[in-house]
Amino acid sequence: MAAVKEVDRVRTIKASLKKQERQLFFRRFFANKLMVMGCFIFIVLGLIALIGPMLVSYDPYEMKVAERLNAPSGEHWLGTDEFGRDLLTRIVYGAQVSMGIGLIVTLISSILGLVIGLYASYYAALDHILMRICDGLMAIPGILLAIALMAALGPSPLNVIIALSIVFTPNIARIVRSSALVIREQTFIEAMHAQGASATRIIWQHIAPNTISPLIVQATFVFAEAIISEAALSFLGAGIAAPDPSWGNILQAGKLVIFKAWWMVVFPGLAIVLSVLGLNLLGDGLRDFIDPHSSGKKSK
Amino acid sequence: MEKKPLLEVKNLKTHFHTERGQITAVDGITFHLNEGEIVGVVGESGCGKSVMSQSIMRLYDEKYTAKYEGEILFQGENLLNLSKAMMQKIRGNDISMIFQDPLSSLNPVYTIGDQIRESLMIHQNLNKREAQQKAIEMLGLTGIPAPEKRINEYPHQLSGGMQQRVMIAIALSCQPKLLIADEPTTALDVTIQAQILDLIAELNAQLGMGVIFITHDLGVVAEICTRVMVMYLGQIVEETDTDCLFSEPLHPYTRGLIKSIPQLEGERLQKLYTIDGTVPSLQKVPHGCRFASRCPYADELCKEQAPELEAYSATQKVRCWHYKEILKKEAVHESSNE
Ligand SMILES: Nc1ncnc2c1ncn2[C@@H]1O[C@H](COP(=O)(O)OP(=O)(O)OP(=O)(O)O)[C@@H](O)[C@H]1O
Ligand SMILES: [Mg+2]
Repeated sequence: MAAVKEVDRVRTIKASLKKQERQLFFRRFFANKLMVMGCFIFIVLGLIALIGPMLVSYDPYEMKVAERLNAPSGEHWLGTDEFGRDLLTRIVYGAQVSMGIGLIVTLISSILGLVIGLYASYYAALDHILMRICDGLMAIPGILLAIALMAALGPSPLNVIIALSIVFTPNIARIVRSSALVIREQTFIEAMHAQGASATRIIWQHIAPNTISPLIVQATFVFAEAIISEAALSFLGAGIAAPDPSWGNILQAGKLVIFKAWWMVVFPGLAIVLSVLGLNLLGDGLRDFIDPHSSGKKSK
Repeated sequence: MEKKPLLEVKNLKTHFHTERGQITAVDGITFHLNEGEIVGVVGESGCGKSVMSQSIMRLYDEKYTAKYEGEILFQGENLLNLSKAMMQKIRGNDISMIFQDPLSSLNPVYTIGDQIRESLMIHQNLNKREAQQKAIEMLGLTGIPAPEKRINEYPHQLSGGMQQRVMIAIALSCQPKLLIADEPTTALDVTIQAQILDLIAELNAQLGMGVIFITHDLGVVAEICTRVMVMYLGQIVEETDTDCLFSEPLHPYTRGLIKSIPQLEGERLQKLYTIDGTVPSLQKVPHGCRFASRCPYADELCKEQAPELEAYSATQKVRCWHYKEILKKEAVHESSNE
């Protein structure tokens, strides 16, 4: 009888949680101020990357030697760079490159990580192979690995995407695998076996949907790290090469003139900080939002 | 009335590979089930009831988890020889299972309609509309009111009894020839339990499927089973028809089980009978009779040598060295009591 009561209790709690979730979705969403802020920052930066280039009036590539290193003014809001290009324009175009690469890397590593994590969790033999590879990749600090890969591949936007995807896929694969391992032990998966469902069906129809929320949370962190890493690569000259703008290589150019033109470092730096901050706030908030038990502590 | 066996299990053994070596959770089980028959399996927690039922469907991973031995003849065909793909065709279609825990046997992210349809779409090549129709029909059959509305709800929106009905609807959707019900009512309260039992008995009569009904509740057995197998530590210690189970229990363990049913009549404050001791671990199975350590009648022979399952009458089998003497002793004891 006690067991029945306990089961009932758990069920009512579960039911009321779900109900609450739906009813109070927006209230809870907006209750987490930091997440709303993160979401807002991210959306604004995303919009800048998307439609910004249509709004700015300068050419990001055209050099005007006469106007080099002008301080911020009514004409050039954020000043000009060492070739006389409008810094605002460069940063806006750079947003497209940096956030675009971040997004693509996030998508690729999410998809690959999902596939790898799911199959590794399901097939023990595959698990050994795939997870040892992932362990190996994760043992090397991400940025070092990215630099090494860029050195091997040569600098180009495509190669940045490839290198960073290799760096971040294991990250996602681990998260997906660990939650899939929990799901696959649940009775409903066994019940699906007993109904004669194939492995493919069980993996994709029944395990995958249950791993999506932790994956999304992790993906926001990967997005942030991908932006930092791309900036770092470009800063070190191993990422997006010079005439093309990226936050990292604008920062690098700024480093050379840091005492003459503070705006060259402050503004691209600010762009990186803001986008990463926004994504991390969003990720933290989403994590708490999806799993109310984990509030607060975050393992980075 | 001679019926042909739907399922014949011959000397089935299930070995698990564990960190501390191999354990044999089901150790040489032999029984049969006729078409349209309900056979009960009883025994204490941990005696291998669930392992046996899942072994019949070959649900354990044969590479890493378990190894099977023996034969499982389903309609004359040995399931242990079938390929994975063939097995998948049989599961859910010819043999279905209701799990012990209804609350976690449903996937929380899909509606119950999705989940009932799934089995139909896997096995019967129905399109979505036909499957939906059939799913509503099945749900209605299990006695859920307004099935066409309920079908769009998620598992958490249903009560435990309803979830169990959904599980039954899923299990029965393809009209299996054999249903394995693993303690389908343990998590439910008494009234719901009675409804579910009635439902299974009714569907058994209507659809003519064989049922293996696992439980540790002898009252439930008395209600719906024609025959019973009593399991102890991975083996069958007694097989009997339901009437004889109560009127003439042979094995000391069975006697213990029956004595430990709470009695309503008689003295109110009578202490519940319990069988002394605990089930030995599977890691070190005694080489004599497995029940010897807890048996009031055990002697040297019992500790040295394991008894075989032997036939006592046409419907009764027992695995005990001394059951005849015990039977006599108890008969004297009872008559002197009166
Ligand atoms: N996958 C497994 N690996 C190793 N041992 C297992 C596994 N599954 C079950 N066992 C062991 O097999 C034994 C029988 O377990 P089983 O679940 O069949 O008991 P049961 O009779 O169904 O009990 P209950 O009435 O509590 O459901 C237990 O000792 C258990 O520890
Ligand atoms: Mg069990």
